[in-house]
Amino acid sequence: MEIIKPLLQCLAALLLSPLLAGVINRVKAFFSGRRGQPLLQLYLELYKLSRKTPVYSRTTTWVFKAGPVIGLSALLAALAVLPFAGRPSFLTFEGDFIFLLYLLGLARFVTVLAALDTGSAFEGMGASREMQFAVFAEPAFFLGLAALARVTGQGSLAGMFGALTGESWRTAAPVLALLTASFFIVLLAENSRVPADDPNTHLELTMIHEAMALDHSGPELAYILYGAALKLWLFASLIACMVLPRHSGSWVLDSALFGLALLGMAAAVGVVESIMARLRLTKVPYLLITAFAFSSLALIFQLGR
Amino acid sequence: MHTFAELIIVFVILLDLALAVTGSLSSCIRLVALQGVVAGLLPLLAGSGAPHARAVVFALVIVTLKGAVFPRLLMRARDKSGARRDVEPLISYPASILLCLGAFIASSWLGSRLPLPQAGVAWIVPASLATIFTGFLLITTRSKAITQVLGYLVIENGIYIFGLALFVEQPLMVELAILLDVFVAVFVMGIAIFHISREFDHIDTAELSELNDWRRGEYGK
Repeated sequence: MEIIKPLLQCLAALLLSPLLAGVINRVKAFFSGRRGQPLLQLYLELYKLSRKTPVYSRTTTWVFKAGPVIGLSALLAALAVLPFAGRPSFLTFEGDFIFLLYLLGLARFVTVLAALDTGSAFEGMGASREMQFAVFAEPAFFLGLAALARVTGQGSLAGMFGALTGESWRTAAPVLALLTASFFIVLLAENSRVPADDPNTHLELTMIHEAMALDHSGPELAYILYGAALKLWLFASLIACMVLPRHSGSWVLDSALFGLALLGMAAAVGVVESIMARLRLTKVPYLLITAFAFSSLALIFQLGR
Repeated sequence: MHTFAELIIVFVILLDLALAVTGSLSSCIRLVALQGVVAGLLPLLAGSGAPHARAVVFALVIVTLKGAVFPRLLMRARDKSGARRDVEPLISYPASILLCLGAFIASSWLGSRLPLPQAGVAWIVPASLATIFTGFLLITTRSKAITQVLGYLVIENGIYIFGLALFVEQPLMVELAILLDVFVAVFVMGIAIFHISREFDHIDTAELSELNDWRRGEYGK
């Protein structure tokens, strides 16, 4: 039975992650008074794309084809260390949060390489912006995880999130609140959601993440879209684990609660997108520096306790 | 209760950071007022047991002064001086926020080394030192006279919080004296800013270094 649980958890992540994008879109549609896309739109798109034949530009090389595949596999590997409702997945070892960060970095790196390989000006622009924002987002995320490691005294992701209880919210509430805020900003920026980027438009001014995927087609575009869904799931589940530490002993109950928390996170992202305008491109680093400031404050707080 | 007081301390520090990045003059004034109110309420929340009647009255006085009277005076000075609406920093906002963070790191180190009596609430000393530093930052890196007044107010907030680390209830005379000083300072500066702006058409302090009549190039004409 114990070997089944991680398997089921991973399966849930694999199957349910495109649902989050659907929830976000429905919440946005609700706020603007529209009916919106079907909840399963992303599944349909992935199915449609996977049956198409990819088209390659003649200027591209193998780097272009490798990008989406390596990117997706890095995120799939990240699922192996990602805790689910505070319970460990397949892999857990000391310092695996650094491994997670490097996997995310690898996914970003190959996407950027693939974008640069096309030689298109737009893709180069998107790649440059993606890297510029990553410079600010990664330290915020890393310092946040380090602070969390200090709060719980654990070195692995599963250990950290497993050790969090309602009691930690009573004793270390300021630190955890700061971390939640910081992670949420990082989630918005890393998944190119609204204050940092607008996923709906394909205007040059807003193109960051979409710009890099302009030349991909067919199954490879599906890989990229699915990878983005997994990334959203990853960040959302980290925040959900933190906000809603597990309390009951039952695995089924915890998992159900965790799923609800994830849907709540998606709804929160949708609300933020509905009520906020996109920031000017030059202001996005300020937002990420704010996240960095939150994380480092949390770390300093925790170090001095 | 202490967790709650800690949350307030975090809020004070976040207000420091917000002050370091806020570009609009009126929201700067509001942030300083909010910080004053939060700091004024802190002794009521940090103390154990029911607060003393004197402490309540005193907190009320502080909250009215910092939350209502000072912002009014400053807003009035801002409107009268016809200043531009932004704070015109001399360094960029990210640099300000990084300086603020650095100050917080330095003050948490300093706070752990100062031979102070054990405070009831963690982080009061670093937070107060960081607030004082933010005040200095506002005074030195913003080019307007009115932001310098704001800087003094932030420093006063910091000193007030620092006092809480030593005694949960302030020595009344000391705090009243400081408050009176700051009140007079805000009052006088409001008038002074008004006169400066009437005399020179702006309140940019960088221009005040040349107050005499001759200008470069006109000498010996």
